[in-house]
Amino acid sequence: MNNYIYIAVMFAVSYTIRILPLTLIRKPIKNQFIQSFLYYVPYVTLAVMTFPAIIEATQTPISGAAALVAGILAAWCGAGLFPVSVICCVLVFVIELFV
Amino acid sequence: MESSTKFSRRVLYEGMRDGFPIALGYFAVSFSLGIAARNAGLTPVQGFWASLLNNASAGEYAAFTLIAAKATYWEVAVITLIANARYLLMSCALAQRFSPETPFFHRLLIGYDVTDELFGITIARPGYLNPYYTYGAILLAAPAWAIGTALGIIAGNALPLRVVSALSVALYGMFLAIIIPPARKNRIVAALVVISFVLSFACEYLLGISALSGGTRTIILTVAISAAAAVLFPVKQEADHE
Repeated sequence: MNNYIYIAVMFAVSYTIRILPLTLIRKPIKNQFIQSFLYYVPYVTLAVMTFPAIIEATQTPISGAAALVAGILAAWCGAGLFPVSVICCVLVFVIELFV
Repeated sequence: MESSTKFSRRVLYEGMRDGFPIALGYFAVSFSLGIAARNAGLTPVQGFWASLLNNASAGEYAAFTLIAAKATYWEVAVITLIANARYLLMSCALAQRFSPETPFFHRLLIGYDVTDELFGITIARPGYLNPYYTYGAILLAAPAWAIGTALGIIAGNALPLRVVSALSVALYGMFLAIIIPPARKNRIVAALVVISFVLSFACEYLLGISALSGGTRTIILTVAISAAAAVLFPVKQEADHE
């Protein structure tokens, strides 16, 4: 397995996904199932990838779990991408000073 | 609504102004992506190219976990498709906003960096899309993303374990910042997020599928849960394109 082939495969797929609607399929997607499926996919896939992976990424599960809860609360209160990420990182760092 | 779709220095600067905070966030988060890339065995140069060519947090992260598991090229293609499927919807929305006068090659360039954040600021502007606004933002955001990834791979070796541990949650913070605000507005999305957490946890620890690689489980769970939701709770035609 060659890393550059992996990267080329990733590029080919992600660029095709973005470019198809801008070039060939210029009409809106009408099929309700496909439309609904595509609407739900991002939330499901990001949620699946976040948990339980976040509690395994840190040195102790406790700090990862705390980051998850804090991240959800911060995002719920309207914090953007950068603040939410920083809050999660700082919390893990501080907790792991003590655990 | 009169809005120019031609080049002007002002529009390019506006894009750079709005792209600056995005670039800052990308730099921090891609650093954490670099740590995942390092675990997959990518060199800093490979990480730089992967990020410069893909511009996708979840898509790259998912692919890196599969590469770390020595997956086939086919599996990496499928996970990239699934994790980036939302960009298909965003591009559909952007396609509606191109002026008929805008030359075709701009579609190929804008398609290079359709991400949650750049889509967000582009679609938020009124009238026809001026590609130079988005280019201004891309000029800052794309290099920040690629350089951050490469630095993450380099620093992952040099930094103390505790710092790596803290930085590695930045990416999950970004994922939460994407999924939680819509979950707050839409109860079905909120329920799906909770169901996804629970099933993902169950597959990891309780069921026999824990033998499958993390990436393969992500594909199966995403397709199954999203398809079930699409059948049970179809989205109305007017629903927004996020």
